[in-house]
Amino acid sequence: MSAFFAQMRRDVRLAWRAGGIGVALGFFAAVAVLTPLGVGPDPALLVRIGGGVLWLAAMLAALLSLDTLFHADFEDGSLDLIALSSLPLELAALAKIAAHWLCTGLPLAVLALPAAAMFAFPLPAALMLAATLLIGTAAISALGACGAALTLSLRRGALLLPVIVLPLLAPAAIFGSAAVLAALDGVGSGAFLLLSAFSLVALAMSPFAAAAAIRVHLAE
Amino acid sequence: MSNSGKALVWLGAGAGLCLVAGLALGLSVPPDARQGDAVRIMFVHVPAAWTAMMAYGLIALCAVVTLVWRHPLADAAAKAAAPLGAVFTALGLVTGSIWGKPMWGAWWVWDARLTSFLLLFLIYLGLIALRHSLDGEARAARASAILALIGAADLPVVEFSVKWWSTLHQGSSLIRAGGPAMAPVYLWPLLSMALGYTLFFLWLWVWRIRIDLLVRSVRRGP
Repeated sequence: MSAFFAQMRRDVRLAWRAGGIGVALGFFAAVAVLTPLGVGPDPALLVRIGGGVLWLAAMLAALLSLDTLFHADFEDGSLDLIALSSLPLELAALAKIAAHWLCTGLPLAVLALPAAAMFAFPLPAALMLAATLLIGTAAISALGACGAALTLSLRRGALLLPVIVLPLLAPAAIFGSAAVLAALDGVGSGAFLLLSAFSLVALAMSPFAAAAAIRVHLAE
Repeated sequence: MSNSGKALVWLGAGAGLCLVAGLALGLSVPPDARQGDAVRIMFVHVPAAWTAMMAYGLIALCAVVTLVWRHPLADAAAKAAAPLGAVFTALGLVTGSIWGKPMWGAWWVWDARLTSFLLLFLIYLGLIALRHSLDGEARAARASAILALIGAADLPVVEFSVKWWSTLHQGSSLIRAGGPAMAPVYLWPLLSMALGYTLFFLWLWVWRIRIDLLVRSVRRGP
């Protein structure tokens, strides 16, 4: 277990030093600021589109840093050592997913609160947006890790990654923004539960798929 | 003649026969009481959607065989089926859209069935893109198989979307409790076209697998 946390700590530290967190947050903030400038400052309109726009912004922001998830370790050979170590590759992949979530999903969910204020959200809806992002970004990190592992040895993997991962992530965007809209209208909705279920399934399956994909690329 | 060559003749002849019969029947049935002549679009739309889903199911099956037994034929089959499945999915989307305009008054609505079927199309595209960018047969085979299995989660969503959510797209009227909710006069052309589409898909599939195996053996050298 200590190897798992050591792996996670190392990846968080590397992401922190490389400035990947700032890039994701900067992208998210830029979209949050530019959307009202683009569609006009009408609060009634902003509050309707806010959930969807901020969800998409968070999804794309998280994707920005995904292609580096395994790639740097693959390039310098660390991934071979991780694969040979006593820590199962599935757990190492889970540690990397957790590290990616800590460095993107968590700060994005926090940043979503001021962003929601800029979209004229009332407090319950803003909290719901932050909650959906907190849970939904776990699915983004998990399925994104599968995509990153599948495109591991490709030189232009960063371009292929969104093509592969975005269709798989569509349910998260659908349920996430639906839960926010339901909170805005003050009606009950199963969207939040469906989003949680989607994230849990993605988290449970992804370490195995990602580890299998890494082994494919390490084999040759 | 090789076995697959014989199969090709039978599959091609069967597909042609069923499609011609289905089209002739489909064009000769009386117009529907409510849908009018647009009901005939069903005969080209529904089988396309079925075939598209069957193709992905076959790809997922091949993916399991590839990952478990690493049989190269399973990979050739999965590789050959992906572009075919994508084309049938596109056909299902386009014919559905042409039917939707006169019936619903819109080319497209974002209901669960249409959305999940569009996602199936995008998953096909991702699968084809990944296959094309990977070099090395074994690597491309296993990576594509993993992605195919992840994407297979969309299949039950497409199938049950009309049950789980209230969709504009109607539910299944063929396989349901109490038998088909369709007059036999429409059932026959639909079944004939469904069989025709399936055989046509299998015909193209076997062709593509043969070509792929030939290309592989040429690359490997004598």
